[in-house]
Amino acid sequence: MTDTVPSTNDPVVVTGLGATTPLGGDVATFWTNLLAGKSGVAKLTEEWAEPLAVRIGARMSVDPASVLPRVQARRLDRAEQAAIVAADQAWEDAGFKGTSDENGLDPARVAVVIGTGIGGVTSLMDQHDIILAKGPSKVSPLLIPMNMPNGPAAYVGLRVGARAGVHTPVSACASGAEAIAYGLDLIQLDRADIVVVGGTEACMHPLTISGFAQMRAMSTRNDEPERASRPYDKNRDGFVLGEGAGVLVLERLSHAQARGHQPYAVLGGAAMTADSHDIVQPDPEGSGQARAAKTAIERSGIAFSDVVHVNAHATSTPAGDMAEASWIADLLGEQTIVSGTKSMTGHLLGAAGAIESIATVLSVQNDVIPPTINLDDAEDGLSVDVPREARKATVTAALNDSFGFGGHNAALLFHKL
Amino acid sequence: MASTEEILAGLAEILNEVADVAPEDVSVEKSFTDDLDVDSLSMVEVAMAAEEKFGVKIPDEELPKLKTVGDAVSYIESNPS
Repeated sequence: MTDTVPSTNDPVVVTGLGATTPLGGDVATFWTNLLAGKSGVAKLTEEWAEPLAVRIGARMSVDPASVLPRVQARRLDRAEQAAIVAADQAWEDAGFKGTSDENGLDPARVAVVIGTGIGGVTSLMDQHDIILAKGPSKVSPLLIPMNMPNGPAAYVGLRVGARAGVHTPVSACASGAEAIAYGLDLIQLDRADIVVVGGTEACMHPLTISGFAQMRAMSTRNDEPERASRPYDKNRDGFVLGEGAGVLVLERLSHAQARGHQPYAVLGGAAMTADSHDIVQPDPEGSGQARAAKTAIERSGIAFSDVVHVNAHATSTPAGDMAEASWIADLLGEQTIVSGTKSMTGHLLGAAGAIESIATVLSVQNDVIPPTINLDDAEDGLSVDVPREARKATVTAALNDSFGFGGHNAALLFHKL
Repeated sequence: MASTEEILAGLAEILNEVADVAPEDVSVEKSFTDDLDVDSLSMVEVAMAAEEKFGVKIPDEELPKLKTVGDAVSYIESNPS
């Protein structure tokens, strides 16, 4: 028997979106550039990048510190800045301004779940430089709240006045998607009326890049940054590190209707599984991934034939892309329209599932599916439909997949109202 | 050593950098926490910056006693480097 949640005529809906990404500092710009097939990847111009094997990355196109008050920005790690920028947008997009009580909401019924893969690592490393150069008495008293992985969620919680709970899933590149899945749980378990969910990441540092590069997980196409992230292409050679944040606001349809706010889409179902296969290698059969996808769809009550689109995890690594494409074909059919949007954004690790869920929501709302760029020579056996340009199609329902080192798999099913 | 006016101006500069306090709001009778909205972490930052700027040492047990800008000015004046 499958694990199902009782069907409901009062689904959980998405009522606000916010993002700051390599393709734009707001959702509208991000979406426009995603549909246009633009790349957010560029050479890393910092001096520290020169000796590295990997000298490309997808920086946020708008520095989050530039849109926050100066003193606030200097107290925050870059991942926290990004989370706050995205959360402010999502909160306002959902029709709120100020804290929950200022909007007539009960703070004890408002929660935050913001994931991150790594947390405030650049602040940690900056202060490590300081302790080595100047001694322990010069370490910033702000280091701990800047470095702690729950910092982004906690700051967003302060911002919106959330007292139902503030949580931080840390599951590598599945963190953002798991945050959204936990948000759905919180509402379905009646622990909150409104949940601000998402993910953030900003870990561009020679140490993190070298760590990933030493795993041979990253693309070294340093001379062609815009062509480096190429899911499903025969010449893909690893992921490109990106940074940014994505935030969504979730609530019951009845709750949104009562305040006269039009939702984007329904978050119909979510599922999380684990591989128990290897610490970093995905299960080559992708069985844990497929089980997450199947369960998320079953929980939504949507027919498998209505899931016409998958925003895939597709990181551009040799091992991962094809296993995922293969079970998508088996589960949903070869006609499934699949997008590897990391070809444009790079891989935002703990924010990936969040910005890709935003893209998935917008596909469902607008009936248009983002392209996959740099797919010049498709890998043998790629049997699903991967458009090279944006595709118009009736997107009744769509799935977003995210998988993380550690064997974490998360799947989210969005559908029309 | 710095004059009272120089210390006050130096503290105003630090408070602006650390906590966005307008320089014209900084005067000897102002309380760091109640008037200037400097929280406990920022107060540690102010002390660290003041140590660097004025070459003084502000031990942990002294910091809580510096409640007003005037307290800090007096401490710096009476503990020359």
